[in-house]
Amino acid sequence: MRPLTDEETKTMFEKLSKYIGENVKLLVDRPDGTYCFRLHSDRVYYISEKLLKLATNISREKLVSVGTCFGKFTKTQKFRLHITALDFLAPYAKFKVWVKPGAEQSFLYGNHIMKSGLGRITENTAQYQGVVVYSMADVPLGFGVAAKSTQECRKVDPMSIVVFHQADIGEYIRNEDTLT
Amino acid sequence: MGRKLDPTNKVKRGPGRKARKQKGAETELAKFLPEDEGPKKLSSRARKRAAKRAVTGQEAKAAPKKEQPKKGFSDENSEWLKPAQRKRKVDQSEGDEDSDSQWEEEEDYEVEEQGQGIEGDGEEMEKEADDDDDDDEDMVDDYGVADDGEEEEGGSDDDEELLPIERAAKKQKKRQEAMELEHEEDDEDDDEDEEEDEEDEEAEEEEEEGEKSGDEEEDTVQINMDEMDRFKLPGAEEREKEGHLPLDLKTIHQRIKDNVDVLSHFKEKREEGKERSEYLSLLKSDLCTYYSYNDFLMDKLMDLFPLSELIDFLEANEIQRPVTIRTNTLKTRRRDLAQALINRGVNLDPLGKWSKVGLVIFDSSVPIGATPEYLAGHYMLQGASSLLPVMALSPQEGESVLDMSAAPGGKTTYIAQLMRNTGVIVANDASADRLKSVVGNIHRLGVTNTVVSNYDGRQFPKVMGGFDRVLLDAPCAGTGVISKDPAVKTGKDESDILRSAHLQKELILSAIDSVNADSQTGGYIVYCTCSITVEENEWVVDYALKKRNVKLVPTGLDFGKEGFTRFKERRFHPTLRLTRRFYPHSHNMDGFFVAKLKKFSNKIPTAPAGTEQETETTEAESAAAQGEEKTKPAAEETNEAPPQSKANAKANGSAEKPLSGKKPVGPSKKGKPDQPETPRKASNGKPGGPRKHKMAKVDGDVPKDGGRAKKPKVENAAGKESETEKKEGSRFEKKTNKKKRRNPMKKNNRMGKNKFKKLKKMLRKMDAGEKVDT
Repeated sequence: MRPLTDEETKTMFEKLSKYIGENVKLLVDRPDGTYCFRLHSDRVYYISEKLLKLATNISREKLVSVGTCFGKFTKTQKFRLHITALDFLAPYAKFKVWVKPGAEQSFLYGNHIMKSGLGRITENTAQYQGVVVYSMADVPLGFGVAAKSTQECRKVDPMSIVVFHQADIGEYIRNEDTLT
Repeated sequence: MGRKLDPTNKVKRGPGRKARKQKGAETELAKFLPEDEGPKKLSSRARKRAAKRAVTGQEAKAAPKKEQPKKGFSDENSEWLKPAQRKRKVDQSEGDEDSDSQWEEEEDYEVEEQGQGIEGDGEEMEKEADDDDDDDEDMVDDYGVADDGEEEEGGSDDDEELLPIERAAKKQKKRQEAMELEHEEDDEDDDEDEEEDEEDEEAEEEEEEGEKSGDEEEDTVQINMDEMDRFKLPGAEEREKEGHLPLDLKTIHQRIKDNVDVLSHFKEKREEGKERSEYLSLLKSDLCTYYSYNDFLMDKLMDLFPLSELIDFLEANEIQRPVTIRTNTLKTRRRDLAQALINRGVNLDPLGKWSKVGLVIFDSSVPIGATPEYLAGHYMLQGASSLLPVMALSPQEGESVLDMSAAPGGKTTYIAQLMRNTGVIVANDASADRLKSVVGNIHRLGVTNTVVSNYDGRQFPKVMGGFDRVLLDAPCAGTGVISKDPAVKTGKDESDILRSAHLQKELILSAIDSVNADSQTGGYIVYCTCSITVEENEWVVDYALKKRNVKLVPTGLDFGKEGFTRFKERRFHPTLRLTRRFYPHSHNMDGFFVAKLKKFSNKIPTAPAGTEQETETTEAESAAAQGEEKTKPAAEETNEAPPQSKANAKANGSAEKPLSGKKPVGPSKKGKPDQPETPRKASNGKPGGPRKHKMAKVDGDVPKDGGRAKKPKVENAAGKESETEKKEGSRFEKKTNKKKRRNPMKKNNRMGKNKFKKLKKMLRKMDAGEKVDT
């Protein structure tokens, strides 16, 4: 376990800010204690200071997970967000998409969101903007990238994709062992 | 193997063909729904109707009625927990081929109406429709405290006397009576559904027949009756013959019942000249065949339970426990979750008064482990029994907690939710594979205060210690969860049990060592297993009590059975009654054991001298707990004991007096090690005196026995002088002790070898003390 290098920090924050914009600041400066990011076996964990101290007791190979896993660095040093980060993305999300109950299941199986399944979408979402996906009951289901801007969404036919799927909570079941 | 393969009596499992939407919840439903909804919720109209029925049907079924074993639960759970017994009945009736169509109808109906109980048939359903509405209303408002009153009302209702099965039977009977007028012959098939359906004459005949399975033809019923009247123990050669013949499970089942009946009224019903043990051995072999257990496990179970309970237990192991979920209060509330799930077509109810977060799933039109709510972490699939240890642990906010064997994370996440994501939890498990599910569940449920590690639990105090609370859900043989894993029935033997007991003892010690006794809020250890054998539970806890500075405290669970303080030849610490046992047949949850320990000193009694001291204290305490009973005979014996040297007497005169006065007063006080043990031990002028003294010195106990240290030589000489005398004396004492042990008036002294030695020592010292006084 080690702190992120500057390069890594930059990559990760860039990625995060696609979904939550400048709210990234809020993740680091929290009123309820100091939180930090740590890298452990290529995964980035978001940990409170207190937990971090305790976790140092555990040797590297025996430590499986600590705090919340945000994502991992690929071999090419890109950062990939995991669904486990959703708990921290959802409250701060700038752009949201709501899916209709009928399309929920499809999204949770890893499919993109069609226009027909689109319930609501935040105004002036740009194309390729990172969005967090909610059910109509405001339960966060995952996140993805807007395939069309809000304006375009109004015009396209029902079967065209409006949000590209990136991660959904169905992954907790589908690929439990690669989550962290 | 077992009754599964019985070709004649096909027991249908699960729902009918048409109801096959999904495995899981619906199979559950068929089994536990009927009796679960029956006694609990009845609309006033239904109650009236039932009362009327009861009056009309009274004379017809007077006799069999009282024979229904009415087994409630002693605790408050009686309202939602139902004994397994009733389920068995359902299963049996289900076994009948002719009732299949009926079953299927019911299934469909249940799916439509979201699980109403077993009704007689389609006709009745319409009649019951109004009840359903009431039930549904109840359901919506059923979460939380508000429903308590209602439940109680339902509980106190006199109609609760009737099992749902009985009510169904009554309805059917009425219908049949009507039908009989038209065609008398036809309804034989339906007849067989329930025992109450037998004709009136039969009812008379049935008088002494206990629980007769209703699915037999009339003539077989009579045959069985005859068999029963003169139940004879088959001879050895008969039984041998039986081994070659194909087994008829029906007869075996009947024989088990008869045998139990005889054994429970052994004086009246026994055959002349037959020993109880003969009956028992037959019963054992029958049970082993019928339920397909191995001899060893059946032996264990027969030791654990009285016969009637044993059968219930075995039957309960044949059926699944209800599916329960736990609300994740970090993300949602139970009321909201219940509403969301109901909207998805799940039929559920609160788990019980004892849990604010548990829900029982009766049936579901969607897979309960894959709803969007599940994926969003609003609930966790978790057995009711695994909520108990966490409730016993009762972690407080801001504490540091260790979960020693965490997988798959149900208890860990429950701990986190009780702590509201504050403090620190270390979730450890020895298996890296199983840790994946821990990580998944932790993240899914939004728990952020957890470190997941992959150590062997035994390494723990070395990795880190100083926790406020530790939960040890020890790996076990799993004899409490046979319904989940039937392989346990045949796969375990003595060595397996002892091996896991050994591991558990190691684990519990490291768990205790990982706790900080000086913690402001904590210092607690909860030990639990899903096994019911004494070796893995009471024995382990008793061992921990001896080895470490811990004491048992109440678990805070107001139901469950008390742990054993004595079992066969073993005698445990009396406080073991504070532990709790849970059984599938009496609490409708997995077999479980929970013990809560409080650590009161961080000092680990180590080193030879230390361990001796510790055992001595615990022994002394247990002795003290028994009160004066024991000290009295000891005092008597002091007169007869051999005289000891003055020097010796002087040395322990001071130590002895407070001891003898103190012990009976404070049985289980804190700070055992503070008791003046060392002087006592040091002062007995054994030949091994100098050696011990040296050890004491190493331990830094010198000041305590300083008086003796000044004149070790004198004492030593004195010790030698009296040595021969003492030998005689000790022999004498041995005898008296043995007598004492045999004394039936005495309660369970833990008279191990150690104990005996201690006692001897104590007596000797008492002598010395007496001498000084006189």
